[in-house]
This record gives sequence, C-alpha cells and structure tokens, in this order.
Amino acid sequence: MTATYKFVDHTFDVVVVGAGGAGLRATLGCVEKGLKTANITKVFPTRSHTVAAQGGVAASLGNMGPDDWRWHMYDTVKGSDWLGDQDAIEYLCRHAPAAVYELEHFGVPFSRTEDGRIYQRPFGGMTTNFGEGIAQRTCAAADRTGHAMLHTLYGQSVRHKAEFYIEYFAIDLIMGEDGSAQGVVAIDMATGEIHRFRASLVILATGGYGRAYFSATSAHTCTGDGNAMVLRAGLPLQDMEFVQFHPTGIYGSGCLITEGSRGEGGYLVNSSGERFMERYAPSAKDLASRDVVSRAMTIEIREGRGVGPLKDHIFLHLDHLDPKILAERLPGISESARIFAGVDVTKEPIPVLPTVHYNMGGIPTNYHGEVLTLKDGNPDTVVPGLMAIGEAACVSVHGANRLGSNSLIDLVVFGRAAGIRAAELLKPDAKKPELPKGAGDNAVARLDRFRNAKGGTRTAELRGRMQRVMQEDVAVFRTGETLQSGQKRIAEVFSGIPDIRVSDRSLVWNSDLIETLEFDNLIVQAIATVEGAVNRQESRGAHAREDFPNRDDENWMKHTLCWVDGNTGKPKLDYRPVHTYTMSNEIEYIKPKARVY
Amino acid sequence: MVQLRLPKNSRVTEGQTYKAEGATRVRSFRIYRWSPDDDQNPRIDTYEVDLDKCGPMVLDALIKIKNEIDQTLTFRRSCREGICGSCAMNIDGKNTLACTHGIAECEGKDVQINPLPHMPVVKDLVPDLTNFYAQHAYVQPWLKTTTPEPEKEWKQSHEQREKLDGLYECILCACCSTSCPSYWWNDDKYLGPAALLQSYRWLADSRDEAKDERLDDLEDPFKLYRCHTIMNCAKACPKGLNPAKAIAEIKGLIVERDS
Repeated sequence: MTATYKFVDHTFDVVVVGAGGAGLRATLGCVEKGLKTANITKVFPTRSHTVAAQGGVAASLGNMGPDDWRWHMYDTVKGSDWLGDQDAIEYLCRHAPAAVYELEHFGVPFSRTEDGRIYQRPFGGMTTNFGEGIAQRTCAAADRTGHAMLHTLYGQSVRHKAEFYIEYFAIDLIMGEDGSAQGVVAIDMATGEIHRFRASLVILATGGYGRAYFSATSAHTCTGDGNAMVLRAGLPLQDMEFVQFHPTGIYGSGCLITEGSRGEGGYLVNSSGERFMERYAPSAKDLASRDVVSRAMTIEIREGRGVGPLKDHIFLHLDHLDPKILAERLPGISESARIFAGVDVTKEPIPVLPTVHYNMGGIPTNYHGEVLTLKDGNPDTVVPGLMAIGEAACVSVHGANRLGSNSLIDLVVFGRAAGIRAAELLKPDAKKPELPKGAGDNAVARLDRFRNAKGGTRTAELRGRMQRVMQEDVAVFRTGETLQSGQKRIAEVFSGIPDIRVSDRSLVWNSDLIETLEFDNLIVQAIATVEGAVNRQESRGAHAREDFPNRDDENWMKHTLCWVDGNTGKPKLDYRPVHTYTMSNEIEYIKPKARVY
Repeated sequence: MVQLRLPKNSRVTEGQTYKAEGATRVRSFRIYRWSPDDDQNPRIDTYEVDLDKCGPMVLDALIKIKNEIDQTLTFRRSCREGICGSCAMNIDGKNTLACTHGIAECEGKDVQINPLPHMPVVKDLVPDLTNFYAQHAYVQPWLKTTTPEPEKEWKQSHEQREKLDGLYECILCACCSTSCPSYWWNDDKYLGPAALLQSYRWLADSRDEAKDERLDDLEDPFKLYRCHTIMNCAKACPKGLNPAKAIAEIKGLIVERDS
C-alpha cells in the first residue's frame, strides 16, 4: 500500500454501512442478538435522508376502516407494474403491521385517531378490496414521519449501545478471492485516518443516488455510495432504469411536498384551473400512482397548459382545506412552502414540478437481504457475507414504480429481516478468516489517486455536466433518441475523470475529496441507469418510452442486471427472471393485467 | 495577570478576497477559515458572489463558492430543506441553518459567517459536536415502560399527543445550545437547551413510565439549573421551538414532585 497511509484495523461480526432507517434497524437487530456490530456512517445518524420522509409508513393496521395485508400486496404489485417479486412483496406486506407496532413501542410520536390509535391517511395507489375503494393505510406522524422514525431509531440504538463510526466515509468493500465480502475500508473524515473493518457480514444501507440528477428531492449526500462499491466489486445492479419522479417537488428548489397533501384532499390544477387528473385517472384522480401523476403533469406542461410566466409548472391547491387540519397534519410542508416558494398554503397554491425522488433499482437481494448475483446460470446466487437493505437494495418490492409510504415500511421490515438473517448465519465472536494479502489496498489507491488529482476540471464542473445530461435525456418521458444521446454524453463525462482536479490536499475534513469520491460513485450509476433505459424497449412503471408506449410482458417481464467496469466505464447487461410466485399459500400469484387507476 | 485579549494564536486575521468580476449585483460573504493543518491563525476570507447567478439561500451561496471559487471551503450540509440540521452556523450574528436562511434576510452590508460559537472547531465552519451528542444520549432519548407491551399500539389521546408538539420536531442542529451563555460557560456540566428539550419530550410523553427516574437524573445544580432563562435558545431555534419553556416545565415537574 502507499507509504503515507496506515490502516487502523477493527474486527466485528457485522459492519453496517449507513445509519438511515434501514441501517439503524439492522444495527439494532444485530446488537440485540449479541453480534459485535459496527455502524459506519458519513453523516450523524439523525441527518440521514430518512429524516426528510414526510407522509408516512404503509401498513394494513385497519385503524380507519377494514384493511388486509393482501390488499396492500395487490396495490404494491400493481404499483410495481408487475416487475416486483411477489414473494418479497408478500413478505413486506405481511410483516408491515408488526413493524409499525414495534416503531410505536420504540416511541415514535404517531398522530392519533379519536380513540387514541395510530392515525392513517390515504396515499397514492393504496386501495381496499383489490382496487375497489380508497384505503387509509399510511401511518403518519403529522408530515414528519421519517424524522420521527429516524430520531426514535437512533434513540433505540443509543439504548442498545450500538457502536457508531460517525462521519466515516466508506470507500470500498474488501472482497475475498472466493467472491465473498470480508469487510470495508473507510476514512475518518475528521482525521483522515484510514480504517479497515474486517467482518463476517457487511450490510449496505447506503440509500439512493438522486444526486445523479440536477433537480432532486434527495439530499446532497444521496450519492448511492454502496451501489458503486458493489459495482467496483464486480457485482451487478438491478433495474437501474427505474427512477421515480415525485409529482410535487417545489418549483425551483426541488424540496419535497408530501403526497400526503393530496391524501388530505389537495389537488393539482393546470393553467385553466382544471383538475386535470380526472382525465388521466378517472377513479383515483390525484391519488393515482406517482408515475401516472408525473406523466400527466408533464403532458399538461408540454401541451401548453402549465402555469406561471413560462408555463412550465403546475399548481397544487391546499387552500380549500381547513387551516386547523393543515396545522395539525401538514405543518412541515406548510413551512417548506413558505420558505422555498414564498407561499401561504392557506391562501395560495404551491408551484410544483415532477422531481427525481427515489431509485427503485439498486443492489439485487432476496427478502432476507442477502445480495444476489447471476452466476453459472443461477440468477439467485447468494454473495456470501454481503447484504443490502433500504433504497440501496432492489429486493424487488417496488418493481418499476414504488407506491408512496412503501419506502419507510421497506426500511424497517427489511432492516429487521437482515438482523434476523444475520443471527441465523453468524455466531457471536466467531473466528474470522484472515484478510487476504493487500486487503484494502485498492480502496487506498482509489483515495490517493483522487486526493492528488491535479487535472484541469473541478469536480463540481463534471458533476454538473452529469446532472444536466441525466435531467435532459433520462427524464419522465424517454425515447430511443434521447437515451442514445444520454448514453453518449454520459460516456463523455466519464472520460473527463482523468482530468479531474481536487484542490484541497488536507486529510482533515476534506470535503473536496469526499465530494469527488461521491461523484465517482454517481457516474457509474448514471451509466447503469442510461444503459438499462436504452435497452428496455417497453414502457413499464416509471420507465416511459414514447417509442415503445406499451408494457411488453412477453419480452420484458424481467429484471435488468447491469455491471459497469470502473476503469473503462463500459456497461454489460443481463437479466434475472421476476419471481412470479408468492412466499406462502395464503395468497395466490397476482396475474398481470392492464394498470388503470 | 488578567488576559484581556485572545491568545495570540486565536486572533482572527484578515484573509484573501475573491472578486466576482463582471457581476452587477454582488454581495460579499465574509467567512471564518481555520484548518489544523498549518500553524496559521484563523482568518476571514471574503468572497464576492454574483447574486444573479446564485440561489436565494445562504447555503446556495456557500455551495456556489465551494463549487466555483474555493474548493477548500469546508462546511456540513445535507438535506437543504431545514430537516437534517447539518448546516447550522452563525450567520449575520445569529445561529441558524444556512439552507433556510435567505441571503436577502441578512441585514449587514456583508454577510458574516462563523462556525457555531464556543465550540471546538474541526475546520472552517465544521464544529466538533461530540459533547453535544453525548449530552443528548445522556437524557436517554427512548421510550421507557415497565407495563408489558400491548399487542398493538399504546393508546394515546389527541390531547396527550398534542403535548409532544413543539418538542419532537427538534433536529439536533445545536443552534440553541451554542447560543446560550450559560452553556458557553458550563458546557461540561450543564446539559444545555437542546438536550433538556429532548429530555422533556420523553417526560411529556403519556406512554413513558420513567418520569421519576428521569427527574432524579436531572435534579442537580448544574445539569438543569444552569438555565437562567436568558431565552437565546428560543430566539435561535430555526424550527421555532422553545427549549426555555421545556426547561421551565421540567423545573415545574420537580417542584410539583418535591412539594
């Protein structure tokens, strides 16, 4: 290894990377089972992006009327446009109620019904009786549900004395010669020291990569670091072409306005004041699935019915709602609208625009959280020692389009599942194999290369170019032409990396270096996203091809796998079959049909 | 001898100025810079920003400076919408979040930016929050119950749940604690407004069954009673919360219990 760096070595049973909802829940589970567990996180846990989730967490508690986990499952399968794996979706929906009660017992300050139970609100695509009525399934703590959950989960982690490595940035996985994960290399941002964590199990809970786009509801830190680590380990990512645009990002800043605002009765209008969603989704209207609403808004704007001087956005009305309800149930977005749009929601509409929000794609896993790859013809080959959960993972429960409030439940159900599986696989303090010679050298070499990068292009310049390409060419609607342009332009951005320049040479809190490592992580995910999108010649969920407007189950009901060579930026594609079977006999496989809201 | 000036190595010097050539609507940002890498004193660098090419918030200006002018400028940021609490700093003499504080709201001619006051500085605008986090952990921020858990949720009425409003929204940004003169003086023993607000969040929770234990832990001349109702905390809180009121409520609970 390079002479100027020295490893600080650690040994753990489990290393969790990321301290959002999924990472914290998995950490808790592992600690409870007596496994020696480290949690490595690049931000203090309560600053992880789960904190920004607003509307709620889906579970069929039935507090507001009849509900059933099978109805939740049906909605999730339909929302996924039949790309979700139904065994995993069954696991999610069956375990959702218990996971929410657990959160409540942990102390989450849920809003309440008149009789003191957890309050649940309507959300897009959530129905009763297999699509007949509108369900109230989304458990809410006002419009700060993610904040309430994350702070509560952090409190529980403190209670269980979980061992955190805070403001440590994970650089790369340590992979054994047998293809198993054996640990992680990370840099302590405060000192610049390099730490090598040896572990029997690495759980990646590193979130999505919204910042590959110019305008996203995602935090600056949403750079999908775990996804990129997996690519560099020679493993594939799955279904990366499916990027969710949230219908209501604030025009200009991109800050999120929860779908819960429409759940509480808000509605969208175009420049003639028309509630246009009635035309696109006659029965669900403003509460159709997010991909449907985002497409409708884009069409309205494109056909000249956008609002504002440039006719380039849409209005969201909440001003007809009782101010008392707004204050009680939507206080957070009322504040955001005031700060970022200068709007008093009790009097004026909020200017909104579909904005990049969530990545359905990610690291392929089974419903225990174990990472999968395609090997020797087996598409469900488990990668030993490696798990992925939360937005970083593609289980796949969200398929081609995630339903609102299904991500928070995904975090806790699969965070918990990972802990359970870890306890089955590992004995506390079991002897670990010796690390292979030179373990972690690749990570240090990567760090050192960027730390001393003396080229002519600032990281922000390259990042900005990548973000604009993604925004322009891989948007709500796609065509073969725009995608091929995107493919070419992203490759050009990638080819600029050898000329990158890092100006800060310090080892103490070198955020210039960290942002460069993050950009290097983003660009390979951007490549995988464009590649999957060019290749998929159909429209399904969030992937809307104008040149292939229909879903094509015969040829395309399959998961895309994409490998990207970190040195050349060259992608390679293959496929995994969708699991067209359920987990138990208590529900039958839900057969594909037309997706109408 | 009483030392009336800051020690030599702490005196802030005048640093570099970065001009915005060709810009017509310019605002200067005067930003505290310090790195442990060299033996230099802290300095104030001045960055001119073209407001026509910058977003409306102070964080937009900081990011623009970092992206385009000086990549070594160091600060924390994440959500950019006032919910993660990363970008707390002292702007225009007041502790607040850079992401929700408008450049137009800054009253002085130049925008002065310093790290949160009275905290050890790691680098530039990044303070060391280790002690602040330890104090949060000290109040045991989790639900404590002795009654066996129900199969479903604990019941909580509307009125009981309302008591948590104004408390649970805390984002641990540290604006309040680092604005408190009492905390500046005794941050080793006084828990400070943020941790105490968090403590009251659990004391006020109808589901929590450890009130006595929590109050025992706080009944101490320093941990709680160093609050002298200066109220800087309430003024500083970027989420509009009132830690001083929460502290007064805790004092009230102790009086009630002991009388």
